[in-house]
Amino acid sequence: MAAENRDSFTDTVSLLLRERSRRLLGSLLRPHRRTLWVLAAVVLVENASRLAIPYLVKEGIDRGIPPMRAGDGSRTLLVIVGLVLTMVVLQAVFRQVFLLVSGTLGQQVLLELRRRLFRHFQRLSTAFHDRYTSGRVISRSTSDIDAIEEMLDTGFDGLVTAALTMVGTAVLLLVLDVKLGLVALASFPLLLLLTRWFRRESAITYRRTRETVAVVIVHFVETMTGIRAVQAFRRQPRNEEIFDSVNDDYRAANERAFRLVGLFMPGIKLIGNVTIAVVLIYGAYRTFNGAVTIGVLAAFLIYLRQFFEPMQEISQFYNSFQSASAALEKLSGVLEEDPDVPEPASPVPLPASRGEVRVEGVDFSYVTDRPVLRGLDLVVPAAQTLALVGTTGAGKTTIAKLVSRFYDPAAGRLTLDGVDLRQLTDVDLRRSVIMVTQENFLFAGSIADNIRFGRPGASEDEVRAAAAAIGADAFITALPQGYDTEVESRGGRLSAGQRQLVAFARAFLADPAVLILDEATSSLDVPSERLVQRALRTILRERTAIIIAHRLSTVEIADRVIVLEHGRIMEDGTPAELIAAGTGGRYADLHQAWLDSLA
Amino acid sequence: MPPHSLTAPHSPAERRRSVTSLWRLRGYLRPYAGSLSIMAAAAVTGVFVSISIPLVTKAIIDGPITDGDESAIWPLGLLALVLGIVEAALILIRRWIQARAVLGVETALRNDIYRHLGALPMEFHARWQSGQLLSRITGDLSTIRRFSGFGMLFLVINILQLTVVTVILLNLYWPLGLVVAVAAVPVIYLSMSFENRYVKVSRQVQDQQGDVATQIEESTLGIRVIKSFGRSEHAYDAFDARATKLYETQVAKVRLQAKFFTFLEVLPNIALVIVLLLGAIAVGNDGLSLGTLVAFITLMLQLVWPIAALGYILSMAQEAMTAADRVVEIFDTASSIVGGSRELASPRGQLRFEAVAFRYPDSETDVLHDVDLEVLPGETVAVVGATGSGKTLLTALVPRLYDPTAGRVTIDGVDVRDLTLSCLRSIVATAFEEPTLFSMSARENLLLGRPDATEDDVREALEIAQAGFVLELPWGLDTRIGEQGMALSGGQRQRLALARAVLARPKILVLDDTLSSLDVHTEALVEKALRNVLAQATGIVVAHRASTVLLADKVALLQDGTITHVGRHRDLLADVPAYRELLAADAETAEALAL
Repeated sequence: MAAENRDSFTDTVSLLLRERSRRLLGSLLRPHRRTLWVLAAVVLVENASRLAIPYLVKEGIDRGIPPMRAGDGSRTLLVIVGLVLTMVVLQAVFRQVFLLVSGTLGQQVLLELRRRLFRHFQRLSTAFHDRYTSGRVISRSTSDIDAIEEMLDTGFDGLVTAALTMVGTAVLLLVLDVKLGLVALASFPLLLLLTRWFRRESAITYRRTRETVAVVIVHFVETMTGIRAVQAFRRQPRNEEIFDSVNDDYRAANERAFRLVGLFMPGIKLIGNVTIAVVLIYGAYRTFNGAVTIGVLAAFLIYLRQFFEPMQEISQFYNSFQSASAALEKLSGVLEEDPDVPEPASPVPLPASRGEVRVEGVDFSYVTDRPVLRGLDLVVPAAQTLALVGTTGAGKTTIAKLVSRFYDPAAGRLTLDGVDLRQLTDVDLRRSVIMVTQENFLFAGSIADNIRFGRPGASEDEVRAAAAAIGADAFITALPQGYDTEVESRGGRLSAGQRQLVAFARAFLADPAVLILDEATSSLDVPSERLVQRALRTILRERTAIIIAHRLSTVEIADRVIVLEHGRIMEDGTPAELIAAGTGGRYADLHQAWLDSLA
Repeated sequence: MPPHSLTAPHSPAERRRSVTSLWRLRGYLRPYAGSLSIMAAAAVTGVFVSISIPLVTKAIIDGPITDGDESAIWPLGLLALVLGIVEAALILIRRWIQARAVLGVETALRNDIYRHLGALPMEFHARWQSGQLLSRITGDLSTIRRFSGFGMLFLVINILQLTVVTVILLNLYWPLGLVVAVAAVPVIYLSMSFENRYVKVSRQVQDQQGDVATQIEESTLGIRVIKSFGRSEHAYDAFDARATKLYETQVAKVRLQAKFFTFLEVLPNIALVIVLLLGAIAVGNDGLSLGTLVAFITLMLQLVWPIAALGYILSMAQEAMTAADRVVEIFDTASSIVGGSRELASPRGQLRFEAVAFRYPDSETDVLHDVDLEVLPGETVAVVGATGSGKTLLTALVPRLYDPTAGRVTIDGVDVRDLTLSCLRSIVATAFEEPTLFSMSARENLLLGRPDATEDDVREALEIAQAGFVLELPWGLDTRIGEQGMALSGGQRQRLALARAVLARPKILVLDDTLSSLDVHTEALVEKALRNVLAQATGIVVAHRASTVLLADKVALLQDGTITHVGRHRDLLADVPAYRELLAADAETAEALAL
């Protein structure tokens, strides 16, 4: 019966853990195979010695005491007590070894998992991150890992002990007295039914609590991150109503879960207590004809106690097991996600790029059936500064992202110095092509650290030179700690324009052959923008540049302008040529509108 | 209350504060006083019931079994059965009552924290990241819940059980009882000291987990920058250093745990050995009945859990106190921005800044000082200044997202601090440069400032903001947008936020560089439409570009934290070199290139 129970548990495990979770678990545990065998042996010895103790108590009562009562001295008793002591010490030593080895093993597995996950997320494409959102990446890497850790911490040890106790106790009870043993074991099917019911119900309530708490968290975070708009538009009262209601859903779900445990735990206790009482009554009867000794009865009582106590904790284990298996499921899913912008198997080396970019017959779409680019051809000779102009959705940013290989095209190819981007290593590509966008993420640390991100190992002077070149030196030196000023979390007190300047300096320090600026000056005020433009003329002289800007003042420093519409090139020429085309020319019209706006 | 004198990982003063924090939350238990008393009564009765079961066993062994009296078994056996059932029933009652009470407490606390946070000013939210606040309404609250529902009760119950069982053991056979009682003292002491070290290392683990999480957060939010510079290795190294450090601390924790848990399990076993030896000798010499010995052993095994759990519960108390500290910290942050009592029945929209100054609480210099500005009803002023000159801050003073540190802002001559917040914020509507959209339908987002707007009003506002694209979304105005919904581009978000502000039909409309992400064409269209809107409202427009400045009747130039010039665009362009520097650059470049 005990074996059946164990089997049913393995069934559950295989049901709950899908194929890929098992694969992940297997790959994490494989390197530790030998340790796992050692652990198995250790845990067996530990449990055997623990289970031996009540048996020895029985021996003590039945065989140790009578000779003493008969005045035959206490030798037998001393031997038995000595044996108990040995078992106690044995159990202690093996228990400690088990906890130590299994705990360390668990931590090693966690570390490996953390590392794999981090690397994997870093390897996955921008398209993946766009789709998956940062919130989910973060919760995969933190709370899901925590869930697994929690299970290793609380559940694992308890499960092994409970399973072994169950088998061991069943065997020992039958050995001590078959009839009394069978009476005691009659409780097992009930226990099994109760556990099965609990498992099924708790799977449902568990899911419900996870869902409801997620809603609470989303609503909370959205309110707090958007608090400015919430307050400015007097949204609090309505938000409070919403929060009350989602919070109450969570409470209700939690209450169901609590009640479930509130039935399960006393249920186990009831079965245990009734079993003990029945064993006591039936056992007492069996003492009259001498079939059962008082020692046996005592051993039964101790065994049953040892058996039912850990059973109650199984409910706790189920919760952590469920969240851990759900976490594992999600993690294994993410880890099997193939990078859709993979590293080449046999890369073509490109130690120093000239910066010639070609776009050859490129098709691209974010959503199927909605092509953004169709058969686009474009050649940007080395050292040319190209400006892309067009309305929102014309495909400017898409071209920029394709050239930086944030995405791969659906058809056609992009080349750098004649080499397909897909054949370049990430290192070569990133050394050659750098994109600066509107969103200028700054990392925690000083301004100097952030600039140095462009070229780790750059000297203090080089950092300053880069900042000076794009006109950021003045505002940085005016800060309280100059270059050592902490940018605070997510760029804290630096204004949007200042962040853009730091991002610019970072890109300039990296010194790429191809520089892509996607609305990189949109937050600058006019004087700063002018400084940047002036700097750009020098910076861009020897490198290829692709500039996207709404402001024509930025566009006009280009050697060549391309006007895009719905992914097609409508006009192509130097700014002067396009303006000369006169009224009716798209660029000429834009230019005129801009001149008017300056009036 | 928790015996704070027993654990001491903190300085005494800190500890006292922690205890007070927890004590201050007691009010949340009040509605459940009745339930809690029943719960406590059930728990205490449960202790006595569970203790009496071994005593019945003793009676059976020493009575019927020893005497061979079969008929006497039934009454005692049934008593054991009934006691067993009663014990289970008491647990059932306790747990069911507990579920309602502790979850009620947790939910009420969470609601109150949310309300309180919603009312706290921007200055607070700028300092606190939403993640830190989130951990308070999730992790900290469940810690408090666990302690108030479980820990607190068992702290009392376990001590009670320890005392009662020890007394019974002493009564059963005092020499053995004494052995157990004496053994309990070092056990409790040692488990406390283990617990102390454990709490310390756990806290270290928590901190380092936070470090790892921060690293993950940064690398995730900055993934585009990391990728575009090819710095994945760099990011990995930083992450790995922290993850490895965490691993090492975790292993140290495992080592401590292994020792502690083993210790806890071995001690009762050692006591068992001693009891068995002395007890058997006593039985052999007829100083003790067999039934008593069996009862003794069973009772002693009942002590294992209360002793083992004592340390655990104490650390739970410790955690609950820290959590309570963090929660109370929020409650103790009084909102510096509280509405006044006045309402303006029909505001005209005359806005004045009078000698206004502002500085951040942790700063020593003013960001704004001596700002004087008057905007007449229906007039629009453009605020022009270099990046970081405080333009946005100046506009945020009007709807009281911040309060000035000196001087005052008035609407129709009334200090904005005297107005109720809801009145003030219905007079003023702002379209922010970084627009916030919520996870709800486009319509709900638009109606935020005026829930009763008609369909025509909505369409008109969309028209003005050139946000007609909304109607072409898959479900039109009912399309869910925001973090959980459709992703919109920066320009689209800005236009939607602008439509929202326009739809609110405020008396005072603040446009904080709202058009920065728009292309030139769209910008021109929006500006044209905005002229009509601004004609009917008092406007403040933060502007970087000449084209936007032209929306305004007059311009205020912000320099070094104060307004140095107010006048018409053309006049300032002609007379003020600094202004020319800021805005004419565009024109100069254009002329140069046009030549």
